[in-house]
Amino acid sequence: MKSVTRQKNLEEIIRMLGKARKVSLVGCGTCPTMAETGGLREVEEMARALEEREVTVASTTVLPVACEPLPDEARNGFRSLLGEAQAVLVLSCSLGVRMVSDYTDLAVLPALDTLFIGREAEPGFFVEECAQCGDCLLGDYAGICPIVHCAKSLFNGPCGGSVDGKCEVDPGLPCGWQLIYDRMKALGRLEELSVIRPYKDWSKSLSGGARRMRIPVPPPEKKSEEG
Amino acid sequence: MKSGSNLEKVLEAGHFAVTAEIGPPKSASARVIEAKGEQIGHAADAFNVTDHQTGVVRLCSLAACAILRRMGLDAVMQMLCRDANRIRLQGDVLGAVALGIRNILCLSGDHVKFGNHPEAKRVFDIDSVQLVKAVKDMRDERKFICGEEVGSEVPLFIGAVENPYADPFEFRAARLAKKVEAGADFIQTQAVYDVPKFRRWMEEVCAVGLDKKVHILAGIIPVKSVGMARYMQRYVSGVEVPDEMIRRLEGAKDVREEGIRIILEIIEEVKEIPGVHGIHVQAVGWEEVVPEIMERAGLLPRPVL
Repeated sequence: MKSVTRQKNLEEIIRMLGKARKVSLVGCGTCPTMAETGGLREVEEMARALEEREVTVASTTVLPVACEPLPDEARNGFRSLLGEAQAVLVLSCSLGVRMVSDYTDLAVLPALDTLFIGREAEPGFFVEECAQCGDCLLGDYAGICPIVHCAKSLFNGPCGGSVDGKCEVDPGLPCGWQLIYDRMKALGRLEELSVIRPYKDWSKSLSGGARRMRIPVPPPEKKSEEG
Repeated sequence: MKSGSNLEKVLEAGHFAVTAEIGPPKSASARVIEAKGEQIGHAADAFNVTDHQTGVVRLCSLAACAILRRMGLDAVMQMLCRDANRIRLQGDVLGAVALGIRNILCLSGDHVKFGNHPEAKRVFDIDSVQLVKAVKDMRDERKFICGEEVGSEVPLFIGAVENPYADPFEFRAARLAKKVEAGADFIQTQAVYDVPKFRRWMEEVCAVGLDKKVHILAGIIPVKSVGMARYMQRYVSGVEVPDEMIRRLEGAKDVREEGIRIILEIIEEVKEIPGVHGIHVQAVGWEEVVPEIMERAGLLPRPVL
């Protein structure tokens, strides 16, 4: 599981649609299918719900992986699928919504909220594991991220609200620092928790516009002098 | 002297110190702060003003402390990592010193979920241990976090908090050691009701010699009613209210008097625990009781240094 998503409520979707009375629906065969938020079944359910609200559904389709670019030769076919639609409603993570925006000039609207990068800890139960801070700390905290798992993202130990392994914010939420402490103890690494952690460099996180990353292209090999 | 604050003088002279909390209003009224200062100003060595405690917007600690300083009272400004990043925090430290504030208490802050703006974005750019270190470096190294020079002295007595009742219990003394290493001069603890457990924690603290490096002030929260005691037992994470105490309050004819007696007994006991250098009284919304408690505890008049 990568992107964990949740469906927006129908009222918000209707509000976003505005004057558009004819829409095409696009789902995703990967994460939203596993999370049961935007697979084949959910797209059909959404179509029925919209028809009940007097929104005509021009077409429904489920892309295998909405976050992967559609090959150029498939884009015309995709556009013809949209037919007379006035807007496209995408049941995928925000990345899929963004990709679909590249294929059409129509308004492309999200039907899901993208919640977090997480794992399915038990069937039907998803837990966030990464805040994409851009500077992975898992190595220093025995594989448990304090930014995600501590409600206050503390770097130097649990706050005063950690009781019986639970976080004060929600009795159903394990205290991330109890998890870190227990795991570091099991690994014989408790001493490391006594070191004051350096200030975090948040500039690698959501701080400076869209983050970008380019895979370095190796310089072209020089032709051999003798050759 | 690191700051020359009254609190520092009292503690360094070896007196049993008393700090008291003043809760700021949900208004822009300086008068409310002044009135509380007039009412209890003689009953403690320094006065903490909370900063948007439990995530509720109120008159800020910086301004309230400046008002107390204007009245000649020693103030402890509380600073939170929840609401501000390192730029704002360091700037407020400079502002506090410029306004005559000489004590600062560094906290992470209650989660916004408990406040009156639960939808607010929580900041937590740095944490409370790092805030202590940042203030110490400003004072002792004359450096900001970025390494640039601070253009004046930053005479501050630096405080932090600790909760002896939170988990993992085995890590609490180690966490305190971290705050001391970061630069804490004094520690104010979460409310003490379960004295034996507090004593056990203090033994751990003394065993590693932390009592020689930092002044520990035991937290005291006077209990006004059975309802308040029950509320704290059930809903305030990390506060342990023994059932026996609730039974005593329930059985009392005069609950107010019984509550004060309980608190006086706790003060009497913690005074005798090695390593405890004072108490921090947080009479939330009931500040007027502080002089009475201090008088009956034999802690008045406060030393004049």
